Amino acid sequence: MDPFVTLTAPAVPLDIANIDTDQLLPARFLKKPRSAGYGNFLLHDERKPGFPLDDPAYAGARVLVTDRNFGCGSSREGAVYALVDGGFRCVVAPSFGDIFAANAAKNGLLTITLPEETVAELRRQLQETPGAAVTVDLPAQTLTGPDGQPRPFAIDPFKKECLIEGLDDVALTLRYQDAIDAFDRADEEARPWLMPGT
Amino acid sequence: MTQHPRSLFDKVWDAHLVATRPDGQALLAIDRHFLHEGSFHAFGMIDHAKRPVRRPELTFAVADHYVPSHSRATPIADPEIANMVTMLEANAGRHGLRHFGLHDPAQGIVHVLAPEQGLTLPGLTIVCGDSHTSTHGAFGALAFGIGATEVSHVLATQTLWQRRPRTMRVTIDGVLGAHVTAKDLILAVIGFIGADGAAGHVIEYAGSAIRALSMEGRLTVCNMSIEAGARAGMIAPDDTTFSWIEGRNYAPKGELFDRAVAQWRTLPSDPDADFDREVSLDAAVIAPSVTWGTSPETAVPVTGAVPDPGAESDPVRAGQMRKMLDYMGLIPGTRLEDVGIDRVFIGSCTNARLEDLRAAAAVLRGRRAMVPGLVVPGSVPVRRQAEAEGLDRVFTDAGLEWGEPGCSMCVGINGDLVPAGERCASTTNRNFPGRQGPNARTHLMSPAMAAAAAVTGKLTDVRKLGAS
Ligand code: SF4
Repeated sequence: MDPFVTLTAPAVPLDIANIDTDQLLPARFLKKPRSAGYGNFLLHDERKPGFPLDDPAYAGARVLVTDRNFGCGSSREGAVYALVDGGFRCVVAPSFGDIFAANAAKNGLLTITLPEETVAELRRQLQETPGAAVTVDLPAQTLTGPDGQPRPFAIDPFKKECLIEGLDDVALTLRYQDAIDAFDRADEEARPWLMPGT
Repeated sequence: MTQHPRSLFDKVWDAHLVATRPDGQALLAIDRHFLHEGSFHAFGMIDHAKRPVRRPELTFAVADHYVPSHSRATPIADPEIANMVTMLEANAGRHGLRHFGLHDPAQGIVHVLAPEQGLTLPGLTIVCGDSHTSTHGAFGALAFGIGATEVSHVLATQTLWQRRPRTMRVTIDGVLGAHVTAKDLILAVIGFIGADGAAGHVIEYAGSAIRALSMEGRLTVCNMSIEAGARAGMIAPDDTTFSWIEGRNYAPKGELFDRAVAQWRTLPSDPDADFDREVSLDAAVIAPSVTWGTSPETAVPVTGAVPDPGAESDPVRAGQMRKMLDYMGLIPGTRLEDVGIDRVFIGSCTNARLEDLRAAAAVLRGRRAMVPGLVVPGSVPVRRQAEAEGLDRVFTDAGLEWGEPGCSMCVGINGDLVPAGERCASTTNRNFPGRQGPNARTHLMSPAMAAAAAVTGKLTDVRKLGAS
């Protein structure tokens, strides 16, 4: 996965709450391999005339600024592939579906959670100045909007480290192999009934 | 030394900690890993990295999302859909996993099959690349959905990195009214706390109304935890749980079962356990519910009317309500019981167990459906038992179709779609735009309510119709 450190890019506002993963990647595309071009499936059925993602004023957007509960619904990681393959590296919202946010981090897509009013204000600025850029500084944990004002955001330190270094989780976990083996040995004693069909 | 009082969640979490990093990230041991056809990305990842499955004996593959609901005598016609089913079988075979395929006598929706087979047990950690894995929490397991990269991590290591979630207790005391079911209860909870109301939390459902539920009802409640944004939902195991498990295929037997039960009895939350949030509801005020919009949080009593965005003070919210009403083709102020429907779907991991089919059949017995509909049992064993009880005849006599087990019209990826513009009374869990097909309009409700809607061709308060 591509490391994420800083990013300055145009941002597109989307005034819709509860954008779920069925909308982000409609179910009929789930059987496609990644090589089919998931970016073309992003919000496929929402893209009616006037949809901000297709507005030339927001061309080249790499940041999405939207409303609460973004990415709720199914666990399909394809929803994240659709955003990443569609050019996005960061989504800003008042809240996210938990599974979506976890999937995003594994694929180098930064999710920034900010208070509802702050996000609404950012969307308003982006609507006033279409195509304006925002700057994300992950090490400093700030998001600077079109008004030039840096806003701090919180992020799980583990997530931050994985994003900045582009870490592969499994490689990290294998460093804990002794602890895993010890857990399994103790567990055999503690829960002899655990094995299916015993 | 006295131990700090702990919740059910705390106990299960603590018992599975393999390691904790200084930044708070915890490496959790995973007891059961379920896979469905959508797991192909994850298999691709471990195969690419040349990693074997670490604990194949704890890993189970189930064909459910893409399986046909109609005849299984002939091969699946659509090559892409057929490929999804055969790819799972091939991946499971190559890695030595137990595979419940299309023709397996236990086949069913993974969240129906696993409890039925005794794979789901109290106190376990259970994951699956599916958000409704929360269902299994009905047994007092910590069960949650994960994405493809996490699935590949569990395949390779049988562990998962997690940050300890917050906890929320939802207490529902009192007695549910006649024809008010577990589905109405959970719709009321979601309507109350919102579609992201429990984000970052694990919910424990407690109170006398929860204790009084059957295992089927508890599964329905925990299933929809994710629709309130919760990481997982849990219910403390009790005698209802233990007697449901005893004797099932993969459940522990004999002396091991007794030892397991002795441990499971220690799982319920300690009396003084702390929760980050507490919510309570009175069971007696819960009415049969339906959703009017495109989020499960739009659940309201069927006795009400379509809400008016004009009465909403926040302009952004009002705009979002208008967008939902527009999608749903509804006019503010219309009585919900005046909304006509085009079809019904009774099925899904929320409501396709035996108790659900019995409740729907009780309303449909001796009646005719005014609209077409499909009834899809959650598993082959549910289907067999329903047929032994003659429920299939009740449905077909009413004019509904009786299908083969699987996800079917819940998500439509096997080809069972609600046609564009049609309005479906559905026992499923999601009414998102396009969920049951592009431009399909979904109203969520209980099996008895869906049956009542079939009989009248409109959204209907099942209490007026009664059941035989
Ligand atoms: S029945 Fe629906 S919600 Fe349940 S696992 Fe299948 S697709 Fe998902």
